Amino acid sequence: MYKAARRLGLVFFPAFDWAISPTHPEREERLLYTQDQVLEEGILDIDGIYEYRPRLAAIADVERVHVCVPDVMSRVTESHLIAAGGAIVAAEAVLKGEVDKAFAIVRPPGHHAMRIVHGARGFCNINIEAIMIEYIRRHYGKKRIAIVDTDCHHGDGSQDIYWHDQDTLYISLHQDGRTLYPGTGFLNEFGGPNAYGYNLNLPLPPETGEEGFLYALEHFILPVLADFKPDLVINSAGQDNHYTDPITNMRFSAQGYARLNDRLQPDIAVLEGGYSIEGALPYVNVGIILALAGLDYSGIREPDYSPARVAQSPRVSDYIARLCDETYQAWQQRETLRAEYVRDKKEISRRRHIYYDTEGLMETQEETTLVCDTCGGLTWIDSRTDRGRHILAIFIPRNACPRCQEEGHALFERASAGAYRDGIYLQDRVADQLLKK
Amino acid sequence: MFVGLDMGGTHTDAVLIAGGRIQRHYKTNTDQADYFGTVTRALEAILAGINPSSIKRLNLSTTICTNAIVTGRTSPVGLLLEPGPGLNPAILACGQKNFILSGSIDHRGRPASPLVEAEIKAADRELQQAGIRHLAIVGKFSTRNPEHELGIKEALSPGYDFITTGHRLSGRLNFPRRVFTAYLNSAVAATYSSFAAAIKTFTAKKKLPFAPDILKADGGTLSLEASLSLPVETILSGPAASIMGALALVPTSQDAIILDIGGTTTDIAFLAGGVPLYEPQGINLGGYPTLVRALFSYSLGLGGDSCLRVKEGRLTIGPDRQGPARALGGPAATPTDALITLGRLDLGDKAAARQGIAELGDKLGLSTLNMAAATLQQMVGEIARQSRALLDKINSRPVYTVREVLAGKQLHPVQVIVIGAPAPVLADELEAAFGLPVTVPNLAGVANAIGAALSQPTTELTLLADTEQGLLTVPEEGIREKIPAGYNLDRARNRALELLRERLVRLAPEVAGSELEVVEEQSFNMVSGFYTTGKNIRVKVQVKPRVTPLKGDADDV
Repeated sequence: MYKAARRLGLVFFPAFDWAISPTHPEREERLLYTQDQVLEEGILDIDGIYEYRPRLAAIADVERVHVCVPDVMSRVTESHLIAAGGAIVAAEAVLKGEVDKAFAIVRPPGHHAMRIVHGARGFCNINIEAIMIEYIRRHYGKKRIAIVDTDCHHGDGSQDIYWHDQDTLYISLHQDGRTLYPGTGFLNEFGGPNAYGYNLNLPLPPETGEEGFLYALEHFILPVLADFKPDLVINSAGQDNHYTDPITNMRFSAQGYARLNDRLQPDIAVLEGGYSIEGALPYVNVGIILALAGLDYSGIREPDYSPARVAQSPRVSDYIARLCDETYQAWQQRETLRAEYVRDKKEISRRRHIYYDTEGLMETQEETTLVCDTCGGLTWIDSRTDRGRHILAIFIPRNACPRCQEEGHALFERASAGAYRDGIYLQDRVADQLLKK
Repeated sequence: MFVGLDMGGTHTDAVLIAGGRIQRHYKTNTDQADYFGTVTRALEAILAGINPSSIKRLNLSTTICTNAIVTGRTSPVGLLLEPGPGLNPAILACGQKNFILSGSIDHRGRPASPLVEAEIKAADRELQQAGIRHLAIVGKFSTRNPEHELGIKEALSPGYDFITTGHRLSGRLNFPRRVFTAYLNSAVAATYSSFAAAIKTFTAKKKLPFAPDILKADGGTLSLEASLSLPVETILSGPAASIMGALALVPTSQDAIILDIGGTTTDIAFLAGGVPLYEPQGINLGGYPTLVRALFSYSLGLGGDSCLRVKEGRLTIGPDRQGPARALGGPAATPTDALITLGRLDLGDKAAARQGIAELGDKLGLSTLNMAAATLQQMVGEIARQSRALLDKINSRPVYTVREVLAGKQLHPVQVIVIGAPAPVLADELEAAFGLPVTVPNLAGVANAIGAALSQPTTELTLLADTEQGLLTVPEEGIREKIPAGYNLDRARNRALELLRERLVRLAPEVAGSELEVVEEQSFNMVSGFYTTGKNIRVKVQVKPRVTPLKGDADDV
C-alpha cells in the first residue's frame, strides 16, 4: 500500500449537522464531497496518515485571543468551538512529535474574526488559527510563528489579532480588496507601531493564474520566511482562489495548491474558506494532503481542468512581479520604515469602522497603543456598535514589559464603569486571564 | 437440529445442537491438502445415524480461500482499472496483467470522461493471448455509477470464466480496497467453486434437504449459491465464529470484551451494548486491505502454546509457537506447562512440564511454582494491556457531527467473556488483570463451532439518491433508477429496506423475515448559487446481526 514520506495527522470535521442557514455557503453539504473523495482515494488507509478526533476548545482558549461581547457563549455555537478544538488537536499532534505535519479540515472558518467579537464577519465568529497558535504558545513555550494565508479573501481578523506581535509574521495572499470582501489587505497595512513590517499583504489582481500564485510564493513568501526563520509555519488554507469558486475571480487549481504546499511545507494547515464544494474542495484537499505527506500528487486534477482555465495574461504577470518586488523591499526596510513611522511618538492611535456582514452591524473602534521598544505594547480599544453597545477592551500582550503591564492594570482600575455601558475588559496575556468589570 | 462446522488453521470443530444443548462434538485435524476431505470427515462423524430431514441448518466456515490467498495458490487475474485522476494507481496493479483504462466518474456519479473502446479491445486481445480466464473490473466511484464498469465488461469477448465488477462488492467508498477485494475475489473463484461443488454433491448424497450456508467474517452467513459469485466473503470467518459463539453462550446487552485464548494467539473483540464491533473499513488479508465486512478482532501473538524464553533477565511469551507444550513432547516451555505445574491442568507428562518451568525459574531466581504463577500473571497482563490500548484507539475514532462530539460516546466494558481451551483455568488471573468480572461459559472450548451453528444470514445495502440528477443508485444490486424531484429521506429509507428484503429473500429465503435496521442515514440540501437544487440522500441498511441464543428461543435449536 501507499506509504507517506512524512507522517501526517488529519483532523476532519465536516460538521454534518451545522449550517449558518440552509442555503448559506457555510452549510452541512460543504465538506460532503471532500469526504467522499478522501474516502474513495483510500487516503485514510495510507501508512503514515492518521486521523484524529476533534474536541471542543475551552472558553479560556477563546478568551486568550478574543474579547467576545458580552461573552464567548453568546457569540459562538458548539461547531465553532469544535473547529477551534480540531485545529488545536492537529497542532498538538505535531508538537508532541506524533506526526511531522497536520491538516485540520474543519468548518466553520475563522480568519475574519478580530480581537473584539460583536458577531460574525465573513462566515467567521472566532479565529481558529489564532486560538490554536496561542494555545501552542501557552502549552509549548514561546515560538516564532509565520501564518501564510492563502485564502482568496484578506484575513483581516488574523491581521488584527497579530497587528502588534513581532513574533507572529502574518502574510496574506488574496484577491485585491478593491474587488472583493472585506476590502482591506493593502501593502500599507504593515503592522502596529511595535511590530511594523510583520504584517505583509499581497493583493493579487483578479484573474491571477497558477503561474502568479507560484511566482509570489517563490519570489516573495519563501524569501521572507527565510529571513524571518519561524519555528512553525501555519497555512490558512482557504481554497477559494480556485477557478471554479462561485464568489471570487481567481484561476488557481488543485495542482497549484498542492505545489504551493509542497514548496511551502507548512507544519500545520487549517482549512479556511472555499465554496466550490463540488468542483474544487474535493481535489484541492486531496492535493494538499498528498503534498504534506510527501506523496505523488501529479495525478490530482479537476474533471474540467484545462491549462486555459488557469492561465493569466502577461499584464497580470508583470503586475504581480512588481507587487512582489515592492513588498519584499518594504519587508527588508521594515526597521527604517518603523523609525519614520514612530518618530518620537509616545503612543499611536487609529480609528476604524468594522462591518459585520452577517448581522449587518457596524462597529467603530478607537485604538491606542503605547510605543514600546521591548514588547508588543499596551493597547486599548474603545468600541461602539450602531446597536448601542459600548465597551473598553484593554490588551496586555503576551510578552508585555513591566511598564505596559502596570499601565494596563492601572487603566483597568481607573476606567469608570459608568462610561462603558457594556463593560470594561482586560485581556491579560501574561496572567492568561480575561477580566471584566 | 443445527449443525456448525468451524475450520481453523490446525483444527476443525463440528457440533450438533438440539434441544438447546450440544449433542455431539467432533474435533479433527485440518488437512491443508484436502479441505473437502476434512469437511466430509467431520460431517460424517457428526451426522452419523441422524435423520437428515431433522437438520434445520448447516453452517460451514472454511479457510480454503484464506489459505489460497496466504499461500499464493490462486488463479492469474487480469485487472482492468479505471482510476481517473487522483492518486498514482501503479501501486494497485496486483493482477498478472493490469490495464489502466481511460475514463472517469466523479464523486456524484457523473461520467467525467468517456471510456475508450480501442483500449478495452487491446486489453481483451492481450488477455486472450495470455490465456487469462479470471478478470476484475474496477472503477473509481463505480459505487456511485456502475455504467463504466459494465461498459468495460460488455466490450470484452464473451466466455471468460469469472469476472468481478467492483461495484457489486460493497457500497463503501474506497477505490484501493475495491481493487484488492475484486482481485482477490477473482483469484480464488476457481479454487472455491470446485470446493463448493464437492460440498453440494456431498450434501445431496447425504440427502440433506438444503445446501449449507457459508460463514463470513462479519458473523453472518450467506448461501452456498451466493458465495459462488462472492468467494472473497468467506475469508477469515474463524474469529467471527468464535465471537458469535461467545454471544450465544453469554447473551448480554452491555459493553464487553471477548477474549478467545487459543494455542498461538489470543483474539480480542468488543461488544457495544451487546452488539459486536465491526472493522470500520474491512478486513486485511495477506497484505491486502479489503472491503470485506468483518467483526473487529485483534490477534495478539500470545496463547497456551506460545514459546517462553528468558531474554536479558526478563521473561518473554511468544509471539511464536515452537510446538506443543513440553508436557506433550514440545521443544520449549509454554504457558500450558505453567498451568500443568500449578496443577490446574491434568495433561501429558507433568514432570516434563515442571522441568521446563524450573529451567526458566533458575535463570530468574524464582522457585518453580513462583515461576509458573509469574508466567500466567505476565500473560494475562499483556492481554489486558493490549485490550486497553485497543479500547483507547476505538474510543478516539473520529466523529463528524457536532452531536457526536458533544455526546462523546465511549465504549466502557463492564465484563470480560473468555472462550478457548485455557479459558476456565485463567479466569482468576484475568479478573485481577482487567479489574472486571470474567465469565467463562461452560462450553468455552467449542464456542467457535457453536457460533458457526447459530449464526444467521446477514447482508447490507447502500442507497444513494441524488434528486438534482433524479437518480437513485444501489451498487450492491447494480440498481440505477430514476426518482422524482420530491424524493425524500423517508422514501429513500423505505426503498432501501424494501430492496434489502428482496435481496434477503433471494439470498436466504429461510430467514426472509429477519429484522432489518438502518445503520446510517443522512440527507443534505444541495445548493447551487443560493438556491436549493436538490437533496443528496445516503442510507445504509442491514439485516440486524444476531445469533440464535442457545436456550430459551422459540425455535427448538
